[in-house]
Amino acid sequence: MKILVCISKVPDTTSKINFTDNDTKFDENGVQYIVNPYDEWYALVRALELIESNGGTVTTITIGSSKDDPTIRKALAIGANDAVRIDAEPTDSFFVSKQIAEYAKNENYDIIMTGKETIDYNGAQVGAMISELVDMPFVSLATKLDVEGTKATLERDVQAGVEVVEVELPIVLSAAKGMAEQRIPNMRGIMAARSKPLKVVPPFEQKELTTVVKFELPNPKTGCKYIDPENMDELVELLHNESKVI
Amino acid sequence: MSKDQYQAHDYFLMDEMLTDEHKLIRDSARAWVKKEVSPIIEDYYERAEFPNQILDGLASIGGFGPYIPEEYGGAGLDQISYGLIMQELERCDSGLRSTSSVQSSLVMYPIWKFGNETQKKKYLPKLASGEMIGCFGLTEPDFGSNPGGMITNFTEDGDHLILNGAKMWISNAPFADIAVVWAKDPNNRIKGVIVERGMEGFETPEMHGKHSLRASSTGELIFNNVRVPKENILPNKDGLGAPLSCLDSARYGIAWGAIGAAMDCYDSALRYSKERIQFGKPIASFQLIQKKLAEMITEISKAQLLTFRLGQLKNEDRATSAQISMAKRNNVDMALKVAREARQIHGAMGIMNEYSVMRHMANLESVITYEGTHDIHLLITGLDITGIQAFN
Repeated sequence: MKILVCISKVPDTTSKINFTDNDTKFDENGVQYIVNPYDEWYALVRALELIESNGGTVTTITIGSSKDDPTIRKALAIGANDAVRIDAEPTDSFFVSKQIAEYAKNENYDIIMTGKETIDYNGAQVGAMISELVDMPFVSLATKLDVEGTKATLERDVQAGVEVVEVELPIVLSAAKGMAEQRIPNMRGIMAARSKPLKVVPPFEQKELTTVVKFELPNPKTGCKYIDPENMDELVELLHNESKVI
Repeated sequence: MSKDQYQAHDYFLMDEMLTDEHKLIRDSARAWVKKEVSPIIEDYYERAEFPNQILDGLASIGGFGPYIPEEYGGAGLDQISYGLIMQELERCDSGLRSTSSVQSSLVMYPIWKFGNETQKKKYLPKLASGEMIGCFGLTEPDFGSNPGGMITNFTEDGDHLILNGAKMWISNAPFADIAVVWAKDPNNRIKGVIVERGMEGFETPEMHGKHSLRASSTGELIFNNVRVPKENILPNKDGLGAPLSCLDSARYGIAWGAIGAAMDCYDSALRYSKERIQFGKPIASFQLIQKKLAEMITEISKAQLLTFRLGQLKNEDRATSAQISMAKRNNVDMALKVAREARQIHGAMGIMNEYSVMRHMANLESVITYEGTHDIHLLITGLDITGIQAFN
């Protein structure tokens, strides 16, 4: 079984978020990056579990510069066999999807996995776009994945229940919480990652289709307001006019 | 303990001095500690037990001899990697770091440096994987700062030596499979001997009643005519310099570890001071609290820089015993002061096990006197700069 796992770096959740260039670009200064948790904890780990029980290989693919290499090495330390980095700035979702699809289309992957979204831009589009470009079925937000022969069985959380989906391989899927448990790289894995192949590939021609006009930070959190239980009018007034939830 | 909310602080952008692999090793150790040890550490501390179930995990993140070459089951990492692992372990608990330090620096290190090939092949891979746990016997009831006065000794009997004496304050002793014991030979020369659990006349009673390092297991080693094969003598170095060079390695790890404990106390105090409201505002807005916090991060940053440089020197095999003594002394003293100030910032909550600060503080009261007391390390610096020893 050949599995491709899409890996993206995202700012650590404790990073201070700032923007440059008239609020059109994310300010990377002083930001620590981590592997996008949905890519790492769920997609990558489940892919590894599948090849551990069924045999096969797991390749990771990342769109980025050499600044992404620590992220990729971590994925290799967790257990991926090899890695591909498309040497380009990941601009919009279509650009990223196109790069992955172009690389993947001649590689005969049985499964292409993404996290359900990256925790920075929350686009959640890449998996679906890849599936269209490589002409493979797509299952989004999968919380469970089992493979038997050429058939995959997936579960998805839906309103008040679970949807069970069967699909013939090859497929593209996006992994959500529940698909696997986090694996922490161990020393053997970190040592092995030193010599695992990381192939750098030039980007495929593709213009970006969208442009960011502006980023805005959310309003700063305000403190708790305590309302006297006897003063329901004030509570209603605040909910209505200040927090605007009713 | 409530959820481990620890966030590392890097005021002088020290991360930029580390390699990507250093950071991956450190972050993996940190993630493992948060997942596997933080949730149970207070419970084991209160019960005064070492959580043996974490030994496999501790081995897997490189807690046992990460700098030992790969051919002997180690990871062949540099000294900064070792230091970073010690930092992350002691960030959780000094007892956890002690178990790792002892195995790495006081058991694996002497076998690697002073053992023969057979001994290295026999013991090091099992020690690296955590299948075998070791302890180190140097200190005796009446010989702590003056280990050269030790009474433990052996005589020879054919292919065996007959070991007699007692060691005290030995971390990991109660559950260790082997002990690297320092004893005088018939010519009064100090030699290292590997004693295995099960040898007749060898006992390892646990010491109870500690107010510190409660999650670490401490015991005695008692040798009553223990017959040890001569092949268990570490052949490649003898004299007091042999065990002291092991202590250099362990003290180096402590210098890093103490920073971890200090960072945890500072992080907890910073968070608490921003959440705790008194006189209508967070206590972090008061000058006296800010003074404490500012001094803490200043001292932590100084210690980080000193210790990183020591790591570079250690990598180049140029770190002197005196430099290691200075770093161990400075950093543990710094960490203890940070822990005390952090405990005060937490007010009454600071004594509760919902927070780690008082546990760190109590632990550091041991760390400041073990592996060379605070005062003895000062005299080592004194000797180094004046050329005159003032120990006795």
